[in-house]
Parts: sequence; structure tokens; C-alpha cells
Amino acid sequence: MKKIIKYVMIDILRNKIMLAYTLFLLLISLSVFNLEDNSAKGLLSLLNIILIIVPLVSILFSAIYVYNSAEFLELLVSQPLKRKTIWLSMFTGLAGSLALAFFVGAGIPILLYEATATGFMMLGTGLLLSVIFVAIAMLAAVKTRDKAKGIGVAILLWLYFSLLFDGLVLFLLFQFADYPMEKFMVAVSAFNPIDLSRILILLKMDISALMGYTGAIFKNFFGTQAGVWLSFFVLAMWIVIPSWLSLRKFNRKDL
Amino acid sequence: MIIASNVSKKFGKLAALDNVSVTCNKGECIALIGPNGSGKTTLIKSILGMVVCNSGFITFNGKNILHDWQYRAHIGYMPQIGRYPDNMTIGQMLSMMKDIRDQKNLVLDEDLVVQFKLNELLNKRMRTLSGGTRQKVSAALAFLFNPDVLILDEPTAGLDPVAAEILKEKIITEKLKGKLVLVTSHILSELDELVTQVIYMQDGSLKFHKSIEELRKDTGQEKLSKAIASVMVKING
Repeated sequence: MKKIIKYVMIDILRNKIMLAYTLFLLLISLSVFNLEDNSAKGLLSLLNIILIIVPLVSILFSAIYVYNSAEFLELLVSQPLKRKTIWLSMFTGLAGSLALAFFVGAGIPILLYEATATGFMMLGTGLLLSVIFVAIAMLAAVKTRDKAKGIGVAILLWLYFSLLFDGLVLFLLFQFADYPMEKFMVAVSAFNPIDLSRILILLKMDISALMGYTGAIFKNFFGTQAGVWLSFFVLAMWIVIPSWLSLRKFNRKDL
Repeated sequence: MIIASNVSKKFGKLAALDNVSVTCNKGECIALIGPNGSGKTTLIKSILGMVVCNSGFITFNGKNILHDWQYRAHIGYMPQIGRYPDNMTIGQMLSMMKDIRDQKNLVLDEDLVVQFKLNELLNKRMRTLSGGTRQKVSAALAFLFNPDVLILDEPTAGLDPVAAEILKEKIITEKLKGKLVLVTSHILSELDELVTQVIYMQDGSLKFHKSIEELRKDTGQEKLSKAIASVMVKING
């Protein structure tokens, strides 16, 4: 397994897009921290950029990479290797490189300027989001044979998680404004890793007071130790379930 | 050595393999012959586990291949169209394969690497290779690990006459060492001197599996190409 991870990682790290992504993150986070006198404010600006960019790059890069490695996968499958080993190495290689790029590009500036609980929360969720969207991209890529369609599905998934989902939630909120929806909202946030990460970071920033009554409920739940652990468990499930599904599919795929 | 029993595979509505049963033994050189789209490559890919069959099973040395993967260490496979990672050089490709198939007391067989002069091209990227050179790399990789079974899908397609001759000589040498060789080709004249048995497939089903002497006797033709032609006329007539 280690051998294949090594070859996948070497191949990805040589990729110029990966380098550009790292530099881009580095540039943004350094400039955001230097623009504001108060680095906590910088963190807030960085939050919104990261929650958009990290999932987008992770899902697109991984989907395209899996499609471009079709030949490589075909070659490996005809060798004395388990399909499980091949697929999980691919996943580990992609997740490792994207997480590394995030750590170098955004993690190091965060640690330098804002090494507080909020900063660590942002670092942790950013790393998790990178891995989650690799898992989702690999599921999308193994389910669709056609490259153009598969990449389209990846983009739609990103759009769903970062925009459409929030729209749907708002729609529901307004439709059922007469009913108590606060507890329900806590449960709904588990269905979107991006929202869950945003809530986790915002609550660490102590600006939940701006969110009204729902904010108080959120604070009650996510503010506790148990709530944070549960959220991280849900985020971990967002890695485990898509990768398990894609592995099952890959095991039976005809190449 | 390889036994396929009642193997069927469907791609959507198309039956690529329809109830195919074959037995292949050591020391044989078997030609898989049939028109385009008759399921030759699908059969080869199911033996390699690249295609998972819908029903039936395949055993390798008495073990079902379904959840096994180690058996592929005994197989050298040369695909019809060799597709390799674009960014790798031939040298990296060779060293990666050696790394992956690293086993104890493995003796590498670099005859083809030397004879095809691949050593002079080690720094060339796979993307830049011509179809023929790519075939040479595929062939060299198939023979590199001294496997007991060689599966060659259209081995000489795209090779120049000199290289094709080298490859044919190599196949004969390996056959004489008692290895099982499975080969598909549309150029029947070059199979004449290689094969001991013939499998003929059409529309996904196996029409016959005979030794070459039997085939010659049945059709009264000395040349394989003529014999197959007369069989094809008989089957389709």
C-alpha cells in the first residue's frame, strides 16, 4: 500500500495546479491577516474564503485526477494488488496532498497570526473539509463513467453544498416560520459538512449573539464539549461513508 | 492451470461472453481466434479479474480468482492497447513495476528490454511514445517477471517486422520452458509456428477448442489461416 501511495503522492505534488493552489491560499491568508489590525477580524474574512475555495479545489482536482488516472488504475488492477489497496492508496494520496497544501497555504499563517482556539478550530475543519471533498469526488468519479459528466456532477455537488443547501434551508425556515424549528436546524446542519464547519468556527468566535434565538440554541448544543465531539464525529462520517461506498463500487467495476 | 466454467458477462444488453467454458494447461500455447467483438478481450480481462463476470467462475491453479489477487503475480499481461500514465518516463515505469511486483528470489527477465533497446529510451515520457514503442514497453513488462502464464492480446499489432520477429522468438522460447501462453491475433499466418491449440469464439460463445493437429485433420488444410477460413465458412454458412 505504501508503495502506491508514494507514486500517487509524487505524481500529485509535481502537479503545477497543486503548487498554484498552495501559493494562492498563502497569498490570501497572509494578505488578510496583514490588512486588519485585529487578527481575529482577519480570521473571519479568511473563514468565508476558505469555506468556498477549499471544497471547490478539493472536489474538482480529485475528480479530474481520478479520471486522468484511468490508465494507471487499469495497469495496477492487472497486477498482483488488491483493488481495495489500489483505491485506498489513491484516496490517501489525494487526501494527503490536498491536506498538505491547505496546511502550508492556510495553516501556517493561521498558526503564526492567530494561534488561538478559534484558529485551531479553523485549521482542523479546513483539513477535514479537504479530505471530505476528496471522498465525495471519488464517489462521483467512480459512479459515472463519462469524464465530462463526472466533472459536471462534481461541480454540481459543490454548488449544492455551498449554495443550494443554504437556500433550501432558508426556504424551509420561512415556510415553517410559525413552528419552533431551532432543534430541527441543529439536526439539519449535520447534512452539510460546510455548514457544520462554519457553525463550529463561528461559535468559537463568540459572535453567535448576532444570530438571535437560533444562535442561542446552537451555542447550547455546539458550545458544549459533547456537541463539538459529536460534530467532529459527523464530519468523520462524511469521510467514511462516501469512501466506503466508492470502494464498494470500485471493487465491482469493470475496467 | 486456468479453468473457466460457464462464464457469462453482459454489458447492458450485449452478451460479451455467453456460457464460456475453457481449460488451459501448462506448456500449451493457445490461440484465441474470432471476429472483432467476439469476446476475446473480455475473456482475457475476466481471467485477469479486470472484468467481473455475471455468472460462472474462473479458477487459477484450483483457486477461485474472485476474491484472490495474489494469483496475478503468476501472470504477465500485454494489453491490446497499452495505456500508461502520461507523465512517467519508461525508466520510472519499469522501476515502479519492479517495486510493485517485488518478491523474494524473483529473477528478472530483461531480454526484451535489451533486445528492443528500451535502455536507450529510459528518459522518454510515455506520452511522447509512438504506438509501436508503447507496444514494446508492454511486451517487455509482460515478460519481465518470468511469469508462469503469459497473456498476450494482439502482441504484434503495431510492431515493426524486426520487433515482431524478436517477440515471436521470445514467445517460442518461453513456451518451450513449459509456460502457458494465451495469444490473440488476427494475423493468422504468424500464429502457425507458435500455437498448439486453437480456441475459436464468435458472438461471445466458444465455438470450438481443438489442438492444431486435430484442426488440420478436420479441415484438410495445412495452413492455420486456410483452416480457420474454412471453419468460418462452415459455421456461418
